[in-house]
Amino acid sequence: MTTTDNTLLAVHDLRTYFHTFSGTVKAVNGVSFAIGKGEVMGLVGESGGGKSVVGFSILGLIDSPGRIMGGKILLDGEDLAQAGEDRLRQIRGREISMVFQDPMTSLNPLHTVGQQMDEVLRLHTDLDAAARRTACIEMLESVGISRAADRLGAYPHQFSGGMRQRVVIAIAMLARPRLIIADEPTTALDVTIQSQILKLMRRQIADKGASMILITHDLAVVSEMADHITVLYCGKVVERGRTRDLIETPSHPYTRGLIDSIPDPANRHARLKQIPGTVPDIRNLPQGCNFRDRCPRAQALCAEQEPELRPQNGAQWAACHYPLQPGDSA
Amino acid sequence: MSFLRSEFFYNYRRSTSAVIGSALMLTFGIAVLIGPFLVAQNPYDIAALDLMDSYKPPVWLDGGEAQFPLGTDGQGRDVWASILYGARISVFIGLVAMIASCTIGTILGLIAGFYGGIIDSVIMRIADIQLSFPSILIALFLMSAVGTGIDKVLIALTAVGWVVYARTVRGSTLSEIKKEYVQAAKVAGLPNTAIIRKHVLPNVLTPLIVIATIQVGTFVLIEASLSFLGVGVPITQPSLGLLIKNGFDVLFSGLWWTSVFPGLAIMMLVFGINLFGDFLRDELNPRLK
Amino acid sequence: MLGYLLKRLIQMLLVLWIVSLVVFLMMSFTGDPVFMIVPIDATDAEIAQARRILGLDESLPVQYWIFISSLLQGDFGQSYVFRQPAMTLILERMPATIEMVVVAMVLAVVVAIPLGVYAGANPNGRLSRMIMAGSLLGISLPGFWVGMVLIYLFAVHWGIFPSSGRGDTAEVFGLRLSLATWDGWHHIALPAITLSLGTMAILLRMTRAGMMEVARQDYMKFARAKGATRHDVLYKHGLKNALIPVVTIFGLQLGDLIAFATITETIFSWPGMGKLLIDSIYRADRPVIVVYLMLVALIFVVINFLVDIVYTLIDPRITLK
Repeated sequence: MTTTDNTLLAVHDLRTYFHTFSGTVKAVNGVSFAIGKGEVMGLVGESGGGKSVVGFSILGLIDSPGRIMGGKILLDGEDLAQAGEDRLRQIRGREISMVFQDPMTSLNPLHTVGQQMDEVLRLHTDLDAAARRTACIEMLESVGISRAADRLGAYPHQFSGGMRQRVVIAIAMLARPRLIIADEPTTALDVTIQSQILKLMRRQIADKGASMILITHDLAVVSEMADHITVLYCGKVVERGRTRDLIETPSHPYTRGLIDSIPDPANRHARLKQIPGTVPDIRNLPQGCNFRDRCPRAQALCAEQEPELRPQNGAQWAACHYPLQPGDSA
Repeated sequence: MSFLRSEFFYNYRRSTSAVIGSALMLTFGIAVLIGPFLVAQNPYDIAALDLMDSYKPPVWLDGGEAQFPLGTDGQGRDVWASILYGARISVFIGLVAMIASCTIGTILGLIAGFYGGIIDSVIMRIADIQLSFPSILIALFLMSAVGTGIDKVLIALTAVGWVVYARTVRGSTLSEIKKEYVQAAKVAGLPNTAIIRKHVLPNVLTPLIVIATIQVGTFVLIEASLSFLGVGVPITQPSLGLLIKNGFDVLFSGLWWTSVFPGLAIMMLVFGINLFGDFLRDELNPRLK
Repeated sequence: MLGYLLKRLIQMLLVLWIVSLVVFLMMSFTGDPVFMIVPIDATDAEIAQARRILGLDESLPVQYWIFISSLLQGDFGQSYVFRQPAMTLILERMPATIEMVVVAMVLAVVVAIPLGVYAGANPNGRLSRMIMAGSLLGISLPGFWVGMVLIYLFAVHWGIFPSSGRGDTAEVFGLRLSLATWDGWHHIALPAITLSLGTMAILLRMTRAGMMEVARQDYMKFARAKGATRHDVLYKHGLKNALIPVVTIFGLQLGDLIAFATITETIFSWPGMGKLLIDSIYRADRPVIVVYLMLVALIFVVINFLVDIVYTLIDPRITLK
């Protein structure tokens, strides 16, 4: 992986394991990627693929029985995996903030929206009460909430789901963080609201020059938003590259499968392709390639040896013994 | 044995409190079954009592005798023997009242949940009103009206105990009858009683296990309180609670052992039940896992 | 709001009416109160006369009508034993009970909430396990037995606390209270501690369960993602949410305290209305029992109503309708 001056966050060989009754779950097992300043990275995979755990690991929010077992999380060269809780607290909300999946549950039902926004500024700035209030109102307005001054006194249950997610985004942007981790930010919302929220997030990030990790299972969403994409399968990176390259000429059969399962609005009568089979039991992974049981290209080698992440064409990397070539059909 | 390798058994062995709780319950179970064979004296056989033996302290104090390990009361009755006999009455009342409450409550809950409508409203309103009053007060009031007796204690306890089953069963019945297999059975023309017995009942019983376990302990405590107040079991059939009451009358003379030991017995029994009940609740509640 | 109050008022009256019906029915099954009134050597004619005066020769519905209409007119009957109005007897003893219940409740809350929060916030800690074992012991103990052990240790054995009575009282706003004197505090300590243990244990366990439930919520993690300290997240975001279920059982617990006060008062010879109830049960003093039950039922419905109001103040999602 190349780390340049422009790199904001570089994750090297991150391993986050959960120790449970039925064995160790290697939810994140040697993941590496890097995000430049102002870039948007899509982190894609099926549910249970360890995407959210990556996000929580970066912020040091892995709770028992989970633990970061190894790897580096370098924010401007500072390793967050080694940082103490006090330092992590300064970073959370200030340098890196997070948007959760379900706005119905990520706001405290007993505190007003104003209180929950104010908390961020009290934690991370020296502003006085009046200045904080002004900042909150401005932020709420910029995420498209009208009569912001009145809404500060309202409770979350008085907002619709889409409005709540706007509030969550406002909270995440409030201290002008350099990186936003958005974990399925639109999955819990109506389809009509989804694109509004995505547009809002893209504008916010562009305005403030922030970077974003967009965690989602939906390749269609990232293909519109992201500069580059990292695809996770069973806690490992199987492919990464520039968005356009990866969508147009995927190298890994898993990526291909994800792309094929996007509905094509131009051809509505076409049958949707599905990836056959299911994600294997992550506590008990087979030898060799984790994807081989579902892979149309699998051969004997795939059962013996686990493929390494290798450069394919240009900036595109994939972990596959028999990668797709441009022009191949799956 | 698949049970010995199950996750339930694994968690059980790892849970100190579950092991202690079940050990206490088992001890009481054995004591209740074979207790009378463990002691030489039948405390209710007047002929076996000797007033010369009255108010002997426990064996480790001055004047204690090995024959009466926990001392004697005013009639020369062995406290240890009285506890073994009294525990039988306490445990009997707790168990029988629990079974009665569970049966009646489950039936009413099934009826309320399955048929709905006016029957449902009536049963549930009664349950609501009853739940807004403390059980001990309702039981006390019933006992004051009907007088002492084991049978009457059972009636009073059942009258306060059925509510919690009825509510739980009604709730799970409501969610159960919405499911497709019950709807299918209805369409197939299965009679209501058969649907309830075959499809609904087995699925609503699990949460009752925890309630039933803990209720035995609660009933033992309520019975003890009633008997302590003199409106529970008759003096000819003293439960642990009545033993404490009898001991209270001589407490001020410093004769503490006639009341302290029966109280410790209740505490150990109920503590054991609650420890095990807590473990069961954590195990059987899938939401916490 | 007004509609809600009206609805609740009707509900409360309905509950009280049902209670009066149950109390009346149960009472008419138990013995014949006429023998509590007439002298032992009364003739049949005198008994019949007394029966007529009491309305006992009428049918049950008529008797109930007499019963309920005299209740509504404020005529609560005379104690057979004291030959005084039953209501006066109970009201005289009520302050003693209430002050004991209040002290017990304050004690329970002050001990239970901090310990419950701690145990819920550190579920695997050694201290938490000890707290939980202690609280389980608290709900497994017969309260009256704890009272006796306290009496034996502190009154009989060491002699540092009195075993019975209210001690000196002083008049505060027309009520005779033990809490107004040091001697009164000295007397109330043991009974209040005895009474509070059960409630303390239950509140503690509810608080802990609430904290543990809340700890799993997304908004707790979101608050941490904002950079709040663990302490702030637990106490500012968690506690209020965790206490909602505690508030809902607060009314029931207050009711339990009033009910268990009957036993505690009997052990400590505390001259409250609970001891009066037990004494009246022994003496089959029916009017006192009836008034006690109706009064306590009234107290319970009012408490439940107040708890609902408090509930809406804490939780903005709940509106009165």
